[in-house]
Amino acid sequence: MGINPGVIGKTYPPAQYAVGREKIREYAQAVGETNPLHLDVEAARAAGYDDVVAPPMFAVVYSFPSLWPALFDPEVGIDFGRMVHGGQEFVWGPLVVAGDEITTTLSVADVSERAGNGFYVFATESVNQRGETVCSGRWSNIVRGA
Amino acid sequence: MHAGDELPPLAVTPDKYLTVRYAGASGDFNPIHIDEEFAHQVGLPGRILHGLYTMAQVARAQTDAGGGPQSLQRLSVQFRGMGLPEHELVVTGKVAAVQDGVAVVECGCEQGGKRIIRNAEAELRLPGT
Repeated sequence: MGINPGVIGKTYPPAQYAVGREKIREYAQAVGETNPLHLDVEAARAAGYDDVVAPPMFAVVYSFPSLWPALFDPEVGIDFGRMVHGGQEFVWGPLVVAGDEITTTLSVADVSERAGNGFYVFATESVNQRGETVCSGRWSNIVRGA
Repeated sequence: MHAGDELPPLAVTPDKYLTVRYAGASGDFNPIHIDEEFAHQVGLPGRILHGLYTMAQVARAQTDAGGGPQSLQRLSVQFRGMGLPEHELVVTGKVAAVQDGVAVVECGCEQGGKRIIRNAEAELRLPGT
């Protein structure tokens, strides 16, 4: 299938994401969150936050756009139709709230081949408007061999 | 929270249209999640759940047990098999260790006796630390 370890370390232009209140609510409701911090502005403010709080896994929403350029980069060479999501890790910093502006940078952390399958690991680093790292992600994808 | 404690299990049955709502909420419109016909064409039993939706259920079990979203410091999972809508998901977890106010929780998610998320590990910052 042919992997290209030469792309390890490659980075892409950062992806910007403006966090909206209704987007947090939409996401929270889709995943079944019931904590009012995610749904009710007054409850979030009473708890000391500026606006509704994003559930930790909302990291998917603001960091996923950074993956597209790498997933479709011919140098990386992923056969999208054979790709499955093998594993995921997130490490969180300060909570994200509505109104935050998140910038995510992606790098190719690893490319390897085992038993005819390709393993692609992407690392994302998401930073808010104050320069604080709000989430680091490791996205492990497996491309099943031909 | 102490080593050996089990988290309260979290059970949820995603309804028929959950994958459509999650696709809209997350921005992941891969047709294997939202198009029954397409899913069959690529050899799946039908539309499958987004792995990251299932991971969100694992995360929710942690933040419910940890006292809120600020408790979850880290979550790492491996996806195995596939989840289906209209079947119950059950998330379980057990505290492996507590050190310096952080609990390490070994957790997973199963559906119909199959572990669709395994080798998952969470770190929870405990309240008051």
